[in-house]
Amino acid sequence: MSKESLNLTLKVWRQKGSKDKGKFETYKLKEVSTHASFLEMMDVLNEQLITDNKEPVAFDHDCREGICGMCSMYINGRAHGPQRGTTTCQLHMRHFEDGETITIEPWRAKPFPVLKDLVVDRSAFDEIQRAGGYVSINTGNAPDGNAVPIAKKDADEAFNAAACIGCGACVAACKNASAMLFVSAKVSQFALLPQGQPERKERVGKMVAKMDELGFGNCTNTGACEAECPKGISISNIARMNREYLGAMLGPGN
Amino acid sequence: MALTGLFLILFLVIHLIGNLQLLAGDGGEAFNRYSYFMANNGLIQLVSKLNFTFIVLHVIYSIWLARTNAAARPIPYGGKAKSVQATWNSRNMGILGTLILLFLIVHLKSFWFEFKFGTGLPMIEAGTYDGLNFAILDAYTVVATAYSTLPYMLIYVVGMLVLSFHLYHGFQSAFQTLGLGFSSYKKLIEVIGVVYAIIVPLLFAIIPVAMYLQQA
Repeated sequence: MSKESLNLTLKVWRQKGSKDKGKFETYKLKEVSTHASFLEMMDVLNEQLITDNKEPVAFDHDCREGICGMCSMYINGRAHGPQRGTTTCQLHMRHFEDGETITIEPWRAKPFPVLKDLVVDRSAFDEIQRAGGYVSINTGNAPDGNAVPIAKKDADEAFNAAACIGCGACVAACKNASAMLFVSAKVSQFALLPQGQPERKERVGKMVAKMDELGFGNCTNTGACEAECPKGISISNIARMNREYLGAMLGPGN
Repeated sequence: MALTGLFLILFLVIHLIGNLQLLAGDGGEAFNRYSYFMANNGLIQLVSKLNFTFIVLHVIYSIWLARTNAAARPIPYGGKAKSVQATWNSRNMGILGTLILLFLIVHLKSFWFEFKFGTGLPMIEAGTYDGLNFAILDAYTVVATAYSTLPYMLIYVVGMLVLSFHLYHGFQSAFQTLGLGFSSYKKLIEVIGVVYAIIVPLLFAIIPVAMYLQQA
């Protein structure tokens, strides 16, 4: 029988605000249910901190269903913790050992400044999206099903790319803090579908330029991002974006 | 990185084919004729200049890359990063590349520099080889002498091991950067890359080992 509860030592990054230097604080947490999610464990910690008249740990969360991309946290050296293909909210305490020390840090990247404790400002992703991650033509009502034939393979690949929730785990996991996986997913989802064609070349050029301008690192193809992506976005998208980008640079016009 | 890297990958194959003549077992005739041809062919000399240029560009670009990438994460993680997928060599291409550059300096000093600017080099007298009525450089003896010492031979073996790790990531990475690393041929590129990264440095390393053993 596996244990139903854990006693943990938590090393949590505490930072009062964006100007503060910040440091790790160590907390002891007793009898954490193995059925609790990681965020529920953080809630328990915060209850304890409030009881002790201490400032609770600030962390991002929203849907807690693994679909919004809001939760972050770099847990024991891995974005979203030890389990593959999950967000922090879907990570459960049964993946940890009794007596374990868990290190919890915010995402680290120049374009993701820490706002407080574990909360980082990910609006850099929004800026990249605003640079070209949309379709600017008015497409009217939804077309009839199958009125515009799209190959099954293209539809599947576009859908897989569109599964990106913009959580930033790719940037956090990358040794270069590169945003290539995120940007390539956004570029790919449009490049594969008819709606994306009119602005195809313009889009990739603008989004890549914005990404570089914001100070994200460069891709050295280590593949670390793919392994940490909670939605399993493939680095094949990065190859596709590189091809799209080269094409856009070589031949102007869409 | 990708374009210069791919050129250097291509260069290694040509360099290897030429060097394998060292093991021809003909007392160095094939290799001496070949090195005479290489040193006196205008096109080869032009390609060699291009090759040096690409090495320099590869190094300069890698320095820029390392600097901008380091700047993208000014505050490092406190916990130890545990990548489940990124290989050690893919994360440390800069270290591997620096070691290769050091090896290259030793290598060029011993042979390229020696052949071009060395004095008192051994020569093959006119008429020794059929159809050659003038003296040419005995490059084979220079190489054989260098490989007759154990430490020098080991530098080459280690150098090629480092090169192998560098190529193991570099080959497929170059195709990925150029946007060719997806769809059905991704797997094929990866397989060719692994085969290349093992076979080419291995054959290169066999040359000094074999020549050392012949003289031991």
